[in-house]
Amino acid sequence: MAEGAQLEVKGLTKRFGGLVAVKEMSFAVRAGEILGLIGPNGSGKSTVMKLIMGIERPDAGSVRIGGIEVAGSPSHKIARLGAGIVFQHSRPLHRQTVLENIKLALLPDKLTRLFVDPETDARARAIAERVGLSKVLDRRPGTLPFADLRKIEIAKAIARDPKVLLIDEPFAGLTSTETTAFSDLICELRDDGRAVLLVDHNVKSVSRLVDRVLAMYVGERIAEGTADEVMRDETVRRVYLGGDIVTAARPESSFRDRTTPFLEVDNVSVQYGKAQALQGVSIHVHAGEFVSVVGLNGAGKTTLFNAISGMLPYTGDIRREGSSLRGLTAATIARNGIVQSPEGRELFVDMTVRENLDLGGQHLPDAEREQQIASLFDLFPILRERQKQAAGTLSGGEQQMLTIARALMMKPKLLILDEPTLGLAPVILEQISKALERLRQSSAITVILGEQNVTFALPHADRVYVLEHARIVWEGAPAAFAAGAGAAYL
Amino acid sequence: MGSLSTSRVLLIALGVIVLAAFLPLGVSGYILGLLTIAYYFGVFAMAWDLLFGFAGEVNFGPTFLIGTGAYTAGILDNLYQPPIWICLAAGAFAAVAGGVVLALPALRVRGPYFGLTTLVAVLMLQNFIVVDASLTGGEIGLTVPDVITISDTKNYEIALWFMAVSGAILFSLARSPVGLILQASGQDAVQAGALGFNVTKHKLAAFVISAFFSGLAGGMLVFYLGSASVGTLVDITVGVQIIIAAVLGGRRTILGAVLGAVFLIAMSEALRPIGDLANFVVFAMALVVVLLFPSGFFGLLTRTKEGG
Repeated sequence: MAEGAQLEVKGLTKRFGGLVAVKEMSFAVRAGEILGLIGPNGSGKSTVMKLIMGIERPDAGSVRIGGIEVAGSPSHKIARLGAGIVFQHSRPLHRQTVLENIKLALLPDKLTRLFVDPETDARARAIAERVGLSKVLDRRPGTLPFADLRKIEIAKAIARDPKVLLIDEPFAGLTSTETTAFSDLICELRDDGRAVLLVDHNVKSVSRLVDRVLAMYVGERIAEGTADEVMRDETVRRVYLGGDIVTAARPESSFRDRTTPFLEVDNVSVQYGKAQALQGVSIHVHAGEFVSVVGLNGAGKTTLFNAISGMLPYTGDIRREGSSLRGLTAATIARNGIVQSPEGRELFVDMTVRENLDLGGQHLPDAEREQQIASLFDLFPILRERQKQAAGTLSGGEQQMLTIARALMMKPKLLILDEPTLGLAPVILEQISKALERLRQSSAITVILGEQNVTFALPHADRVYVLEHARIVWEGAPAAFAAGAGAAYL
Repeated sequence: MGSLSTSRVLLIALGVIVLAAFLPLGVSGYILGLLTIAYYFGVFAMAWDLLFGFAGEVNFGPTFLIGTGAYTAGILDNLYQPPIWICLAAGAFAAVAGGVVLALPALRVRGPYFGLTTLVAVLMLQNFIVVDASLTGGEIGLTVPDVITISDTKNYEIALWFMAVSGAILFSLARSPVGLILQASGQDAVQAGALGFNVTKHKLAAFVISAFFSGLAGGMLVFYLGSASVGTLVDITVGVQIIIAAVLGGRRTILGAVLGAVFLIAMSEALRPIGDLANFVVFAMALVVVLLFPSGFFGLLTRTKEGG
């Protein structure tokens, strides 16, 4: 393989139960090189990173750091051989100062070190200076802005002087100025002669930095090359943009409730601590309409859906058939017919398929419940076979079908589907896709579908919204998506 | 409390200890006796806080370690009457050995299972003591032929200095680099591992240290009381009191645990006139403190200092 590769991965494979999360991945990163590992949510890129770092154990394959085989070793050993990781979420010690947090990373793994040697302090200060934290050395992490918390993570990772540096979603949650500063820092680290692996959702966000890009989809490599080459790649375009999509959109004028749409989200903003999760978002959905909200992971889709479901505080207004939903509990909103099929599925894993469905239809009279279950078994025949099986033992695709079916047991007027395709194989997507199409044609149900998988989101949609960095940046017909919003999405 | 430097906290603590050292001049032997027990409980609670507050592991079975140390020391004295320090050393060693045997498999399981494992260990020890009555004295308890001294004042001083030294060691350890790694392991084991720290090794070390002080203090308590019994040293409720003392004093503070232990024993004594209701009132007060001031007494003290 590549001459002088600091990180060398060969035939790396990881299964979670029946799901193959990573399948025979091979790549190498040389000293002084940045490789971007990209893929949509659920493509397995984060698992690759965890396998390299020893946080998960690979089922097969080899990982070499500086030529030494580390596959299957515990993560502290891999770290000592020269691998470092910058986690996406910062998790500093909150009772310690920034300086102490950096010092922690400089400590040896010894039980006999009872006193900090004075050199450690100087080194910690030098690292803080380098990442731009010297002004806040004595502050606690809790009092710092988000960008500084990310800098602490970088500081901790470089404190161990890693030969191989893995960085998970380097720019998530940063402003454009902060992103520039962060990019410069990452380039400096490369110029020190480190091998850097950047993991992110799309090429666009890392194209300025990377020397090469490797694209993944459902656990497998789909393309490799320069950022431009990968962006031009047919398979990549199909995964991200959906290629040639047959759409069946009904024009907005065909819905009867034009003056007061069934659901109106009016200038809604949500703040999570310091991070702005939604900013002035306005969307509307007509009764019977199928609307897709497209956006990458972290764009704010789930936050939007949780706001509609009354699960978190927001500013602005959300109205159903003209009357505000503010002040109603999540339970009331759901009982009145706005039902969410959550991203995390949240099945009762120890209960059977049948019991999960019965719970969803708890409020229905017996006869009606039976009838509803029967019709859902027609929609998802596999669930009929799996009736007596515990939900936790189903495959990912079957669990997703059960999640949707359980939501439908509540006989919703509006069904919110949050990322139903997450981590599923194409063949399963097709089954779910067909079920949605039947649902759309055979009932008066209104659907909001949140997706990053455009191939899946566009064919069903009457209208599409694109959510990016907490804002709606595009609205239009699915046929116009590739031309109108595709470039920004890739 | 991070705002108070290690040396300043130790200085304040030293002042309190010097004051406490003069107590025998002014108070009755009865009160000295109570404080003697409170100081040993303080060590139990501090040792527990090292595990929970720093390593992040909830040990529901502090009395497994204490009981192992206490009964080993007591039984050895009963059988062979070696010098007391040999009994104590054997007790501390047995607690450490028992702790390792318990912790090695228990640290492999995650979440609530570690706590459950430690809880079951207490029940097993308790049953062993009751069943093997010829050796352990069973439910009646074990009487040891020797005591360290019969002087109230001497016993008080021994307990005070033992607590002071244990506290100084545990506190310094908690604030040392090892303590920092331990906190990181407790809060986020994945990240600690990725920074190159062997999380299991550090947690096991914390368990060993906690076991050493628990076992040693348990043994010393036996040679103060002249007896060991399940009800005073091993029962689950004793363990719960130790946990309450540590939380009440302020978790992750080590020294706060002593305040909590003294408070619990002093209140039970002060409320003795109201009979059986006393324990109820003490626990109710503990509940209020934990709910309203989750950082405990020590947190309250240092917060007012920060404010000023």
